[in-house]
Amino acid sequence: MSGPIVRLFGVIVLLFALLVFFTSRWTVFEASSLNNNPLNVRTLLDELQIKRGQILADDGTVLAKSVPAAGNTWSRTYPDGPLFAHAVGYSIAAKGEASGLEESAAPELRGVQTGLSSIFGQLSPRPVGDDVYTNLDPAAQRAAQVALAGEAGSVVAIDPSTGAVKVMYANPTYNNNGPNPGQGCGAKDCLVNRVTEGQYAPGSTFKIVTATAAIDSGLYTENSVINGDSPITVSGVPLNNDGDQSWGPQTLTTAMTYSINTIFAQVAEHVGRATMTEYMKRFGFYSKPPLDYPSGQIGISQPWSSVTGKPFPPGSPDEDIGRIGIGEGGLLVTPLQMAMVASAVADNGTLMTPHLVARVVNQDGQTVSTTNPSVESQVMKPSTAQAVTRMMEKVVEEGTGITVQIPGVTIAGKTGTPQIPTPEEPQRTQPAFVAFAPAQHPKVAIAVMVDESNGGYGATVAAPVAKAVLRVLLSEGQ
Amino acid sequence: METNAPVRARNRELIGLIPASLLVTAGFAGVFIQRQNALSNVSLTYGALFLGLCIAAHIFIRITLPRADPYMFPLVAVLASFGLVMIYRIDATLARQQAQWFVLGLILFVGTILLFRDYRKLEQYRYIIVIVSLGILVLPRLPGIGYSANGAYLGVRIPGLFVFQPAEVSKIGLVIFLASYLRDTRQVLVQGGRKFLGVTLPPIKQFGPVVVIWGLAMAILVVLSDTGSSIMFYGGLLAMLYVATNRLSFVVIGLIAAAVGFWYLGTHIPHIHARVETWLHPLNPRLYHAPLGSYQVANAMFAQSAGGLFGQGFGRAALTLPNGGSLLPAPQTDMIYAVITDELGLFGAVAVLITYLLFVARGFKTALLARDSFSTLLAVGLSAMFALQVFVIVGGVTRVIPLTGVTLPFISYGGSSIVANLVLVALLLLVSDRARRPA
Repeated sequence: MSGPIVRLFGVIVLLFALLVFFTSRWTVFEASSLNNNPLNVRTLLDELQIKRGQILADDGTVLAKSVPAAGNTWSRTYPDGPLFAHAVGYSIAAKGEASGLEESAAPELRGVQTGLSSIFGQLSPRPVGDDVYTNLDPAAQRAAQVALAGEAGSVVAIDPSTGAVKVMYANPTYNNNGPNPGQGCGAKDCLVNRVTEGQYAPGSTFKIVTATAAIDSGLYTENSVINGDSPITVSGVPLNNDGDQSWGPQTLTTAMTYSINTIFAQVAEHVGRATMTEYMKRFGFYSKPPLDYPSGQIGISQPWSSVTGKPFPPGSPDEDIGRIGIGEGGLLVTPLQMAMVASAVADNGTLMTPHLVARVVNQDGQTVSTTNPSVESQVMKPSTAQAVTRMMEKVVEEGTGITVQIPGVTIAGKTGTPQIPTPEEPQRTQPAFVAFAPAQHPKVAIAVMVDESNGGYGATVAAPVAKAVLRVLLSEGQ
Repeated sequence: METNAPVRARNRELIGLIPASLLVTAGFAGVFIQRQNALSNVSLTYGALFLGLCIAAHIFIRITLPRADPYMFPLVAVLASFGLVMIYRIDATLARQQAQWFVLGLILFVGTILLFRDYRKLEQYRYIIVIVSLGILVLPRLPGIGYSANGAYLGVRIPGLFVFQPAEVSKIGLVIFLASYLRDTRQVLVQGGRKFLGVTLPPIKQFGPVVVIWGLAMAILVVLSDTGSSIMFYGGLLAMLYVATNRLSFVVIGLIAAAVGFWYLGTHIPHIHARVETWLHPLNPRLYHAPLGSYQVANAMFAQSAGGLFGQGFGRAALTLPNGGSLLPAPQTDMIYAVITDELGLFGAVAVLITYLLFVARGFKTALLARDSFSTLLAVGLSAMFALQVFVIVGGVTRVIPLTGVTLPFISYGGSSIVANLVLVALLLLVSDRARRPA
């Protein structure tokens, strides 16, 4: 009977080989499709069982933390809710949704699990994520919220020497607590972070960029004299100064101080499309700012064609460079981009990479990683930066920005009051203010952009908000 | 040299127990560290107790069956200790009960060896054995004590006393009966046959009883809807018939008959048809969410894919939902192979399968060494039945065949299973000891 016994054992070996084959099929060959099957809740469950690290402000204020939930899982709580909602975002593991820092810093917050640690992880407890310390300043953030007083708009403040983002606040905001963030915020999409995604007309604040290109290219100095009569014809269309005022011959500094449109339009046309585009690119226009924030929530600052409804390709001959030079001509920017413009001028022409995360600290209190300040680009020569700074100081000293003056502090700034008339509101404007202070040893670069105002100016609507935030940020550490 | 052989065999057995006790100690240590982030000396206690039990059983074998196969018992110890750790990881209370069942199983193991030193006297009781084996199979259908799971009538429950799955015991009884019956009739089955269309058919007179038992077992299992045991019994019977007669034609006829039978049942009995549907389309959302649908099978696949090559580690598999619901129903019994694969990966799962295959190989080796037909057929039947039991449940979990509820021997939680399989091992060791005695 030995022959059949051996053959029978052969059959059993084959049956077992079949078991091994099918086990391999599920564990290896079809594993990724099974792991991604919508019926499979394991990935989400794993996510729910990870205790994500905290997100903290620069002073240690907890902005996001994990609290125990049903069945050995964790859920997220945001103690300050709407105040930091845009910066921090939200994480709903049960739905696999996340935004803001909760999304971009997820690898640190979850705690990275490498392949190696999962092999040896058999004897170790479930990982706990690392804490993420941001550069955000709660007092200044709150000042921005109070100063905006519920008006739709954005405030962003950066430390020019490091790129650390100190304030990121936008109205309308939302409550990031609960299972349905942003539910019931009305017609306005409150989930949009206007600081990074908002598309604002920069208006005259863009004259900082035009002045930089003019002086750094060597075509002008701050004392170059240009005729400021109004109106002039730009790209075949008449262009007026505010109140159609004719200024006659004026220096570039005076043109900045009193925001003379006709002079800056001529300067931009003379500097030319190519050079203007080059300097815009150095400031970060035409690409997403390299912020440590979800790429999907960052907008690009660039001019748009009213004909095609699409952005102009950089340096397109179809764009109206004269009007772009005064922040019109279809140019739309994010407040973050304008803060980067102020930051580059403030830091002697060096644009530092903006960043929200200061450092990552593990559960043992050890610092896992620190965000070292890094140079994004050298936008202009230091001498140019000093000249533009002097021009911006004049704006606050005696020009359109006198409303922002703080006793004992020299502020360099630029107002903007782009017109966005509607049939119902022909006087509608989008007030803006971009500044840095103290002018000679800058600690803060700030951009404030308000969605709409009925006839208000950058100086009267946006500048006071900047002033309130600057007061808080400049009073600290003294 | 001849006189030393049994001693050396027993020494190999003793050494073979070391991996088992290391496994149980390391396993419990792993679970404790995972749970409490600290090594508890309870893990060492568990390991020591288990090692003590195994050494006691080893000494018993050394005295009573000095020539028996030295690898079988250590392999069983490895499987049982691994099972204990897995069950402990799923539910500590169940692990304690499982350990108690293991002790009871060892007592019956000892009892079997003492009672049936000459196991051939089992042949005298073969009709009593077969009647009892078939009779107890009907028990789960009796009102009051029977219970069903997923539509199959699997066991008997006497509340507060015990739960008992008759199929686990019946499989041994049926093998004993068939070994004895085929020993008497194998010559007739082969030689008395007539050729029909070139195929040797056995005479009705001798083959008749086999057909009757097959039909009876099938009928009872269809009534009980326990298709897993049905496949196991039928496969075991065919294997014994093949070894007894060396006629491939019997196997072919048997497989065709089974295929026709299972096709008919699969299309005409709703409960079995549903099982086939969930087997073929487990990821169909409608079936997935249906009551008694493919939820269990689909999650068995998801658990395996979560394990990957190396597994997530002991205690890491997700078994329950945050709301307390079950993510992987029956993790400690039917689905324990999915839990093993989830936590130890493909490598761990294959290691378990190889351990089973090694045990089966020792069973077949015993059959080859046996000097009489009854012993050979008994060893073949028990080993084949054991192998098929592993195949039916692992095949069900890995979707080789439709999922049916039988236990994974020595690893799954279940008193009847561990006790019956220890008796099975006792019988194999008895056959082995006799086979290796000097002529």
